[in-house]
Amino acid sequence: MSLVPGAWARMRRHRLAVACGVLVVAIAVACIAGPWVAAAFGLDATTIDAHLGATPPSGAHWLGTDTLGRDMLVRVMIGGRIALLVALVTTSVALVIGVGYGALAAYAGGLVDEVMMRVVDALYGFPTVVFIIVVMSVLGTRSLVALFALIGGISWLTMARIVRGQVLGLARREFVEAARASGASPARIVLRHVLPNAAGPVIVYATLALPQVMLTEAFLSFLGLGVQAPLASWGTLVTEGSSQILVYPWLLIGPGVTMALAILCLNFVGDGLRDALDPHTRKI
Amino acid sequence: MIRFVVRRLLASVVVVFVVATASFLLLHAAPGGPFDTDQRRSAAVQRAMEDRYGLGDSLATQYGREIAMLAHGDLGHSMKRDVAVNDLIAQHAPVSALVGALGLLVAVGLGLVMGVLAAWRRNTRTDYGLMAVALVGISVPSFVLGPLLIATISIHLGWLPPARIDGPAGYVLPAITLGLLYLGTIARLTRGGMLEALGQDFVRTARAKGLPERTVVWKHALRVGVQPVVTYLGPATAALISGSFVVEKIFQIPGLGASFVDSIAERDYPVLTGVFVFYAVLLVLLNLVVDLAYGWLDPRVREARR
Repeated sequence: MSLVPGAWARMRRHRLAVACGVLVVAIAVACIAGPWVAAAFGLDATTIDAHLGATPPSGAHWLGTDTLGRDMLVRVMIGGRIALLVALVTTSVALVIGVGYGALAAYAGGLVDEVMMRVVDALYGFPTVVFIIVVMSVLGTRSLVALFALIGGISWLTMARIVRGQVLGLARREFVEAARASGASPARIVLRHVLPNAAGPVIVYATLALPQVMLTEAFLSFLGLGVQAPLASWGTLVTEGSSQILVYPWLLIGPGVTMALAILCLNFVGDGLRDALDPHTRKI
Repeated sequence: MIRFVVRRLLASVVVVFVVATASFLLLHAAPGGPFDTDQRRSAAVQRAMEDRYGLGDSLATQYGREIAMLAHGDLGHSMKRDVAVNDLIAQHAPVSALVGALGLLVAVGLGLVMGVLAAWRRNTRTDYGLMAVALVGISVPSFVLGPLLIATISIHLGWLPPARIDGPAGYVLPAITLGLLYLGTIARLTRGGMLEALGQDFVRTARAKGLPERTVVWKHALRVGVQPVVTYLGPATAALISGSFVVEKIFQIPGLGASFVDSIAERDYPVLTGVFVFYAVLLVLLNLVVDLAYGWLDPRVREARR
């Protein structure tokens, strides 16, 4: 891909975005590896010490302990694993649907395109989050897979629009005409020539979708519909913490600040990537 | 223009119809009947209750009845409390609407000013600073911000009431929490729209006429630069609705959002689907208004639609 070297130079100029990228990776690594390190020091997220109860941050427990005496730092790291997993899988679901839908609409063209994009327009004005809530509570499902499918199933709209626009623009370019002239099949043209050239905006939007999806998951967890015990995500931890803010503020501050920081950094990285890979769509 | 409106109206009717059908199907996909409880009841009582709600009829009959009800604006009846969904909405929606309007005021008011200033002073510290603030606003979830505001401003400093709405002061924190939810998005959209508007010919003409820069920016350019924000008002209202679930829960506001969240725990399906239909219709109508406002703001759009 020829866009990489120039893009990397532009990206590096965004010092804030790079710093945020480093921080996101650091948070992710800490969440994945941290619990094992903590285990070496005899800390885990499940040992209940009712005798200890909730204690403020200290040398032994950096983010304090919850009302059951569990170490909050380890709980935040474990919650981060789930939050990151949900964000990654859900964004991938949205990516696949969005790219497929957008490319198909652009490729089909005419009436099919018109109808497909009107459907997207209609869905934009549709209370999708409320719909998920109703579906999840009515069906009584609380599984992670349902969470992936449902959040992914509403997060692909912008991706579809972007991909469609990209494909339509690229389809008029000379190299596509050259491929067509040399007898490439339509499927080959879309998959080999058009989509790889649309990669920039797709990467940018996927990065920007991550924090969005994280917020949605946390929101559903706040309503008691998201990640369920014994699993806990940042959303569940924040929900627990927010009900006890007046007594044990560190129960909200630890997971809340971590989650806000991760979301903020992902947003900054996405913005930096947009300037680097896709300077034309700045206005979104 | 009339053809455009008629086409949009037809599309809206289709969306509402799909929503109604989806809510009907969901209601019937729910596991177990609405009257399955741990309480022991005789079979006769059980059947009497099911007859009362017409649960014994065929699905097609029930569907027809439900759509007919919806066509008359009847959203059904709660299964847990003796209240019609319409009455529930009539009772609680005004509170939500007021809080939501105040939140929107905070977001649009502050967001527009931030976005215009950032675009006007683009690529300066002012711009970067304002956009960083916008991004922080987008990134902090309301269920983190809300409790923190209560703990600091209400409890620690004692400036504003922490919960429930007993007077005008009670609206301040909920409106801020709700408004900050999309203040950042509005600021960013305004900045983008303004950057584009400021580069256009009509702005150059206005400047060439010798108008003061202030008039050019705030009167001429803003009218076009605000368009992305107008488009966003539809999604913003959707965000406002889901935001109201959190904010009304945290601040114990007796609005529609709070009753909706309570219905989740109570598994009061008719309320869930009824309120869902209500929200959907609200959004469809709002998007229609937004489309019309678009032509009013920019004469060029009006021309193109003829």
